[in-house]
Amino acid sequence: MALLDVQNLSVRFDTQDGSVRAVDGVSFQLEEGETLGLVGESGSGKSVTNLALMGLVPAPPGVVQADHINFAGRDLLTLTAEELRQLRGNEISMIFQDPMTSLNPLLTVGRQLSEVLEIHQGLSRREADRLCAAGLADVGIPEPETRLAAYPHELSGGMRQRVMIAMALLCKPRVLIADEPTTALDVTIQAQILELMTDLRERHGTAIILITHDLGVVAGCADRVHVMYAGRLVETAPTAPLFSLPVHPYTRGLLASVPTLTGDPTSALSSIEGQPPDLANLPAGCAFAPRCDYAETRCRSGPMPLEAIPGESAPRTVACLLATEIAAASGGAR
Amino acid sequence: MTRFLLRRFMWFAITLFTVVTISFFLMRSVRGGPFDTDRALNEAVRINIEARYHLDWPLWKQYAHYVGPFNLDRHGPEFLGGDGSDLFGGVLTGDFGPSFRYRDYTVNDIIAQSLPISALLGTVAMMWALALGITTGMLSALRRGSGLDISLRLAATGGIALPNFVIAGFLVILFVFLVPLFPVAGWGSLRHMLLPGFALGAPFAAYISRLTRTGMLETLSQDHIRTAWAKGLTPRLVIMRHALKGGILPVVSYLGPATAGILTGSLVIEKIFYIPGTGSHFVNSALNRDYTLSMGVTILFTVLVYSLNLVVDLAYTLLDPRIKLEDE
Amino acid sequence: MRANNERWDLAGRDMEALLAEAAALQGESLWQDARRRLRRNRTAWWSLLFLLAFGLLSLCAPLLPIPSPVALDLQTEPMPPIAPWTEFGNHNYTREYWELSAIDSAAVDLRAAIFDDWQTGSWMGRDSKGRDILSRIVWGSRTSIIVALIATLCSLAIGVTYGAFSGLSGGRIDNLMMRIVDVLYSVPFIFVVIFLITIVNEYRTELEDNWGIGRETVFYLVIGAIYWLTMARVVRGQVLSLKNSEFIEAARVLGASTRRILFVHLVPNVLSIVIVYLTLTIPAVMLFEAFLSFLGLGIEPPKVSWGLLAVDGTEAINPLRIFWWLVVFPAAAMGSVLLALNILGDGLRDALDPKLRGKD
Repeated sequence: MALLDVQNLSVRFDTQDGSVRAVDGVSFQLEEGETLGLVGESGSGKSVTNLALMGLVPAPPGVVQADHINFAGRDLLTLTAEELRQLRGNEISMIFQDPMTSLNPLLTVGRQLSEVLEIHQGLSRREADRLCAAGLADVGIPEPETRLAAYPHELSGGMRQRVMIAMALLCKPRVLIADEPTTALDVTIQAQILELMTDLRERHGTAIILITHDLGVVAGCADRVHVMYAGRLVETAPTAPLFSLPVHPYTRGLLASVPTLTGDPTSALSSIEGQPPDLANLPAGCAFAPRCDYAETRCRSGPMPLEAIPGESAPRTVACLLATEIAAASGGAR
Repeated sequence: MTRFLLRRFMWFAITLFTVVTISFFLMRSVRGGPFDTDRALNEAVRINIEARYHLDWPLWKQYAHYVGPFNLDRHGPEFLGGDGSDLFGGVLTGDFGPSFRYRDYTVNDIIAQSLPISALLGTVAMMWALALGITTGMLSALRRGSGLDISLRLAATGGIALPNFVIAGFLVILFVFLVPLFPVAGWGSLRHMLLPGFALGAPFAAYISRLTRTGMLETLSQDHIRTAWAKGLTPRLVIMRHALKGGILPVVSYLGPATAGILTGSLVIEKIFYIPGTGSHFVNSALNRDYTLSMGVTILFTVLVYSLNLVVDLAYTLLDPRIKLEDE
Repeated sequence: MRANNERWDLAGRDMEALLAEAAALQGESLWQDARRRLRRNRTAWWSLLFLLAFGLLSLCAPLLPIPSPVALDLQTEPMPPIAPWTEFGNHNYTREYWELSAIDSAAVDLRAAIFDDWQTGSWMGRDSKGRDILSRIVWGSRTSIIVALIATLCSLAIGVTYGAFSGLSGGRIDNLMMRIVDVLYSVPFIFVVIFLITIVNEYRTELEDNWGIGRETVFYLVIGAIYWLTMARVVRGQVLSLKNSEFIEAARVLGASTRRILFVHLVPNVLSIVIVYLTLTIPAVMLFEAFLSFLGLGIEPPKVSWGLLAVDGTEAINPLRIFWWLVVFPAAAMGSVLLALNILGDGLRDALDPKLRGKD
């Protein structure tokens, strides 16, 4: 049984100007110790999906619905607020995009780290501090004891993100949700942080959900990739096959817009035409159809279920009516 | 830090010097002197009085005597022609000279008697204001948009709009006459303090409530609060440890102006409740033309407010580690 | 011609249509936008209407058929309010005022011509000297409003000049000027002012005879002189941020003259924030007038102001009998006007400065 099993998750925000469906019928599983990449442009619902797992969608206006969200045999939807709180930061923890603003500027690093252990494991401040220093050393921060007394503004961006990761891993969680953990960092620091996360996963066996819009990040560390568009999953596949043969036109567009070292430097970078759709007012049928080069009339009506691609050995699914044709055409050209 | 303090001290010295000098010369240039009303005085008495207050000295000498630090009368230091029995005096040594109106008292005597009363009243008012303001402000922010929030905000706007003597009037009618819980006036016990303290603190409680609400709402919307929730902290910890500290920073910087405001308000409140504090002496001195007394109180309160502002600034840097004093 | 047409690819649409579309899309001016937003803020809009009505009432005080605010009536204790349906009015009006201005006495003449000696009953009661409370509130509002307006304009003049000069100069001058404002902020000004007022009182006859400056003029100037600090800070901040803003830069690049930049771009933008602080300064000044009059250092009888009414009210509080109408009616009048001014000020701030929205 999967560690985390999400079935038919929907999140909507009821505002004065109407109801916005941020996540629409998303299902996925996460196995023990694997890394799942969740890819999509901003507003595609990837962050909201994970806030919903943590029970952190602000309500009102947010409304979370699902058939079930099973975590280690328990349905998160049936837990009380208190039970959910005990899970957060303990068995499921999260790191955020911007380490500059994600740490409290008015409290020392040590205070912010040790309170996690104090609250979840009932340790005294002193015991907690000792473990926190060890945690900081684990994420490669030199002189961890002195760092505990530092305030966030005294650390560099990379250091702060390391602190965030240390904080998330203090209680040895079974799932770590990393929401764009490298977006706000310099490229060299990005690589270090990703390496650190891969290393930690191997040593602690933590399953990771890696949320990003950067396909390069996913290619480097994810086992499987889920692509989201307008609140829905449009393609799921193991990493290698996805990169060698993207099927959904949106995935293809995303991949084509990544600059490569081997490509012709004089050719223009391709981009996906048009704007992301208005979530309050989604078109019928495939949400991507208005921007899609392949779209036909039948794409503009009816449901778009995720379906397996016939003839593919790897377990992958696509929400596209033209999947077979596109896969055949691309495979043939290879 | 040292540079900051030095600079603040320099500005303080300049300000105080300006206030003292201008007030002194204005005071001494008043036609007829402060004893205008005592027209019946005969010549001998007048000379006697003038000698007592050194009004017969040249103006520069009076000024130097008033400012200090050396005593210029016949008891002053020997190199200035005195007998050396009383070397120092003047504002610089904290001596504000004799009162013009209460002949047997010095300004220092009057302040020494009345300041503890005013200080106590001011402290009670400030405590009220802080406790009430922060609590209601937090409740308002946490229950944003609810009926409670709306009524608290309305009450706060009312508290800011109404003069404190009107609030005091209503309080007296309500809690002294209709429901006799408190004595009407006077000073001595805790029961005497509560009503004037509340009336004095009410506008500031209202303002603090608004500041706290705004500050809390702003802090609660920040990213690090989301981190705190994601860590699985209890709501109590998230609010009290993570949000409140940032949320009341605006209140901390308001404490300086609030102190000045409470001192000002005490003039009226002490008058209404017949409290023998420094404020009522100051008002009387202004009406009685007791210039030395009103000048002494002005200087004293300037020093007080200035020092409290400094303390508030220092406290702010303790609360917010990002602020560096040298950066000013 | 042809080349031109090719260069401006109008996507097959003619210029006329595009221009018409642009004109329709043109943003509302700041003021239209502000007016619309203010109207949407119900409480602020009603506050504005209430204040306008109150202002009109106070302006028309000499014309109204209300009793004289100073006419004494020998009696031993204050008279409670009379409900209008028991006694709507009577014929006891006496023409008794302090020294009125020419316009006001003409208005009083007109009132006498229209209503003769008829006056309203004492709907809000009378004070211990038999003076009508309603009339005193209406006449008192004139004094308070005038003090507030003049003193606020005075603070406006000083504050805007100081702030704009400081902001435009920049550098060391700006630094020094703002440092002085900081220092003045931490001086308990009211004590200094009270001290100054007592001194000035010694010279009042001389000032009046030689300079034509009445005690009240001094009073306005002194109040105005202590309320300019915030205005100066705000104006300076606004000028500073505008000076370096991109649209001023753009105007300069486009070759606009300094004068044009100043009057077309800077002034309207500073004006909005000045108006906001003006509405918030007026209630503060009214409070201060009441405060000084309460201490016996402001407006002097026989004139009336709200501060003096409040003094009468608190003096009448005694354990034997509660003359509630002496406290409640003046307090209600003062409270509602100050409340309305505060709400309007907050509303205007929201309407004129979208950046500050929802901060309170």
